[in-house]
Amino acid sequence: MDPRFRGEFVSYRWNWGILWDLSPDGQLTYFGTLLAGLKWTMLTAIGAWAIALVMGSLVGVARTLPNRWAQRAASAYVELFRNTPLLMQLFLWYFILPELLPHDWGTWMKSLRNAPLYTAIIGLGLYSSARVAEQVRAGISSLSHGQGLAGQALGFTTGQVYRYVLLPMAYRIILPPLTSEFLNTIKNTSVALTIGLLELTARARAMQEFSFQIFEAFTVATLLYLVLNLVVVACMRRLERAVALPGYITAQPAKA
Amino acid sequence: MFDKFDFDVILRALPYLLRDGLTFTLTLTALATAGGIVLGTMLAVARLSGLGILARIVTGYVNLMRSLPLVLVIFWFYFLVPYLAQWATGAARPIPVGAFASALITFTLFEAAYFSEIIRAGIQSIPIGQQDAGLALGLRKLQVMAKIILPQAFRNMLPVLLTQTIVLFQDTSLVYVVSLPDFLGVTSQIAQRDGRLVEMYLFAALVYFAISFLASRGVRVLQRRAGAGGAGGVSA
Repeated sequence: MDPRFRGEFVSYRWNWGILWDLSPDGQLTYFGTLLAGLKWTMLTAIGAWAIALVMGSLVGVARTLPNRWAQRAASAYVELFRNTPLLMQLFLWYFILPELLPHDWGTWMKSLRNAPLYTAIIGLGLYSSARVAEQVRAGISSLSHGQGLAGQALGFTTGQVYRYVLLPMAYRIILPPLTSEFLNTIKNTSVALTIGLLELTARARAMQEFSFQIFEAFTVATLLYLVLNLVVVACMRRLERAVALPGYITAQPAKA
Repeated sequence: MFDKFDFDVILRALPYLLRDGLTFTLTLTALATAGGIVLGTMLAVARLSGLGILARIVTGYVNLMRSLPLVLVIFWFYFLVPYLAQWATGAARPIPVGAFASALITFTLFEAAYFSEIIRAGIQSIPIGQQDAGLALGLRKLQVMAKIILPQAFRNMLPVLLTQTIVLFQDTSLVYVVSLPDFLGVTSQIAQRDGRLVEMYLFAALVYFAISFLASRGVRVLQRRAGAGGAGGVSA
């Protein structure tokens, strides 16, 4: 039977009071379970974002290095993670990797308590890192060539040129697209419900299954996502203003 | 590690995977792209129309869609569309809408928001003088938009539109969450039936990668050609 039409109802009956009813877990109200989901969404997004920033910066820098092999390896990395759906990547990490590893490792991975959380953080982090890498590369290549040369003329090593000259400017320039990318990472955490992560969308879905109050569940989830979005955009605007360099017009407003 | 790898399982399932699954995915991608671009163009034009309330509603819609996870939007429409159909037709109870139609409506409405942003940028990249020139020739505002601005906007934005289509192609895999028989859906079906997750999922990943990689290579070639030889005689 079509799961959408369990029950004999003729038209939809709204019942907002359901939010304060106890959920089947016996501890939280339905609203409480949604908030718990929001917490998991944020935790996953922040963890994934940390990986995305570190790996994305390394790979993005590698794409601009004067070394053909580094460039090739970095661009292969980007192509690999950009050309498969996120859902597919999460499945590979979650279901396939333990099978390909030596037996003991695989068993250990499968027995981890928070396996969906770790998988989501790593999988989503690497997926997003390819996008961050593209931004970092674009930021570095948008700087005039003279900046790197000036650094070298001062006696900086390649590492120092990146650390003290190129990256501080590049990060400021790409702050608005990075904000969009972070918002994407938050949204993409919902894909991890397919590997059993109990994030916000999964909680809304669970509430819908137990209570049959479909639209209350999804409306609250929608509002929570919107609030999270607004908070992130507001924080990033402040950050953009705080790090803006006088004389450079780098701070374009981030897109929500 | 591949000593137990069973290629035969893939070969046996191949006709079903390609004929049913991949066809579903590609058809959904093509129709949602077409629908998304048409609707997205209307949204972009409405947003730039200067009609206060209309522009504000459209902006709200676009921002809303762009702030929500696609998975949540898929759930929303999956449950909402039958009620909308009931409301639209005045039927006595919610009307069951087929899996494919439901997915198509969802992706068209969702992707239209993203396409509209691309097209809006394209329209805004055309110098305002062109609009003035069109108006001076006696064309009406919509004629200027349809005959002068939009053709150029599409041509300028073609690579971005195609890249978004590749994103859309990958996004269709998310219909998995409502158990539709897209490429990933049927692969996963077979994988679980035969207990062959490793083979089936690696194969599916490879297919997604091959299609997306080749398509994005194609876009890059197109971009380079457009960049090198002006418009290269392409007429949109």
